[in-house]
Amino acid sequence: MIPFLKSTAAIVWKDIKTEWRTRENLSAMLVFSLLVILIFNFALELDLRARESLAGGVLWATFIFAGTIGLNRSMAVEKDRGCLDGLLLAPVDRSAIFIGKTVGNLFFMLVVEAIVLPVFSFLYGISVFQPGFLVVVLLGSIGYSAVGTLLATMVVQTRTRDILLPILLFPLTLPVVIAAVKASQGFIQSVPFAEISVWVNILITYDLIFFTVAIMVFDYILEE
Amino acid sequence: MLEKPRLLTGLDILSALMVLIAAALVFFYAPVEQLMGQVQKVFYFHVATAWVGMLGFMVAGVAGVLYLRTEKEKWDIAGLGAVEISLVFFMVAIIMGAIWARPIWNTWWTWDPRLTTAAIVELIYAAYLLLRSGLDDPGKRARFSAIYAIFGFFSVPLTFISIRLVRTIHPVVIGSAEAASQGGFNMDTPMKTAFFFSLAAFSVFFADLLWHRIRLGKLQSKVNQLRYQSYEKES
Amino acid sequence: MITVKKLVKRFGPLTVLRELDFEVNSGEFVALLGPNGAGKTTLLRILSSLMRPTSGFVQVASYRLPSQGASLRAKLGVVSHQPLLYGDLTAAENLQFFSKLYSIGLDRIPEILDLVGLLPRRDDLVRTFSRGMQQRLAIGRAILHNPSILLLDEPHTGLDQAAGEILDRILKEVALEGRTVVMTSHDLLRSAELASRLVLLSKGKISSSVSTVDLDPVDLVEFYKTGLQGGQS
Repeated sequence: MIPFLKSTAAIVWKDIKTEWRTRENLSAMLVFSLLVILIFNFALELDLRARESLAGGVLWATFIFAGTIGLNRSMAVEKDRGCLDGLLLAPVDRSAIFIGKTVGNLFFMLVVEAIVLPVFSFLYGISVFQPGFLVVVLLGSIGYSAVGTLLATMVVQTRTRDILLPILLFPLTLPVVIAAVKASQGFIQSVPFAEISVWVNILITYDLIFFTVAIMVFDYILEE
Repeated sequence: MLEKPRLLTGLDILSALMVLIAAALVFFYAPVEQLMGQVQKVFYFHVATAWVGMLGFMVAGVAGVLYLRTEKEKWDIAGLGAVEISLVFFMVAIIMGAIWARPIWNTWWTWDPRLTTAAIVELIYAAYLLLRSGLDDPGKRARFSAIYAIFGFFSVPLTFISIRLVRTIHPVVIGSAEAASQGGFNMDTPMKTAFFFSLAAFSVFFADLLWHRIRLGKLQSKVNQLRYQSYEKES
Repeated sequence: MITVKKLVKRFGPLTVLRELDFEVNSGEFVALLGPNGAGKTTLLRILSSLMRPTSGFVQVASYRLPSQGASLRAKLGVVSHQPLLYGDLTAAENLQFFSKLYSIGLDRIPEILDLVGLLPRRDDLVRTFSRGMQQRLAIGRAILHNPSILLLDEPHTGLDQAAGEILDRILKEVALEGRTVVMTSHDLLRSAELASRLVLLSKGKISSSVSTVDLDPVDLVEFYKTGLQGGQS
């Protein structure tokens, strides 16, 4: 158990360190997110009340698109220099690789979200700093990162790499999007928790099911 | 393996017969519905084809698990075949649905749960096919397709539930009291017969098509193998 | 140390390895030669547990493959023609990362860096290294956990004369420590110099094998040519 955790931690740390050196991926995700928010602002010319009712949707659309960029890049790095082989040759459980990469991707997604949320708050005049809201962001990001990491590991081995990931990922992560938007909206508009809880439950269910399935099938993606 | 099994020929005949009988039941046996008229008859085939459309991702998901465990090529072809067939059937169902809906709801499309989920499932089928086209190694292609199909299997019900919780406009067809006001209707016995028989007929049809498709896939494999063997003899 | 019997590897309709038999004794340095497409890389990937055989018996260091692949990896060092290193980490950081994955302490790192002549560059990003330096670091990474078996897949690819000679020196030192080494190569002469045995792989099968002790260079070329013809069955 301990070597498993250590390897996973080593992989996460390696991803954070390499990204920190260049910060290319992070900046790309960040700039893209802010651009998307800006575009939405013009695409949906809204008065104050309308803005409030669409805030959840705008935010999650942004996160989903930015997340795709991060996912693609993080697996491309491993594939391009054959580093994935290096990981596979080590005496570590395959799931450690999956969990390590997922946690790394999740971390970057959360970093971007942490920066985007205050900016969004500021531009749209909506406060998003409620604990419930932040929990929703976390749950949604977890589900998205787990499925995204798994699919990215597949996609990076195909010919049609970059365009294929969103095509595969979006339809499968719709439950996350729907539930996260509904729940976020609920918190923004101060809907009673009883009504929001069903959406939170869906998020938790999704995360549990897909994380489990992903770990079970990950080995098959890496074998030859 | 090259000869067509007798059972398959039997299945061909059976499915052709069942579909014909279903059509007969629908047009001659089941009564014309009071409110909607002849257009309502589309309903029988619409639901049957939609049902086959849904079968696809379920069969593909199960075939996926079976492939990962046994690595037998036939499961891979079965998954691919199921997706291909269901892609077409769902498209037919959606179009039929639009034909039925236009006179009733005065619109071609609505974002209600069943329709939206159908569109999403179509997209998943398309994504599955795109994934396959990007992979050359047959082993990888089969494994990745299987994994994607398994994910789809779990994701679609969750998606449906989520959308269902958000909106409802699609008629809840089977026996609801206010059904007529929503564009639904209550079914009496001849209608029920026609309805369930159509479902059965199209299911048999699906199985028939799938079997043919699996045979086709296996033959294709054989041809590939022979081709490679002849290349090697030449060099 | 390595026993392979009737190994078959197919990719769909394409058969790459056809009932291949192969044996390596402990402490041997075997060079695996053969034309492109013969299956050298495939064989090596199977031996390194990265690829599963379609059928056949494969045993490396008393571990059956593919079932005991996970246990084998701790005893295996692999050098590929890709460096398998992270460009945005320094040489030392790369070795630290892999030390953690192999669950070994960090104290061997300076020694390894010194062995491959990269100690002065320990804190430089690998991205700035020349190809030769990256290959040297790759060897360092491969022996970090003191494996008893080394598998090298065309390690001299892309190296100039000087870098190649440095690599050879390191390989000889490393092999002297009693390790079993299997190296695939295109370079006949270099292989004869480094290896104790040459094995020729052609069209998915081993076609011939010869010891390099007292081997005449003329015989060497003969061996290669006849071996290729022999594989055409």
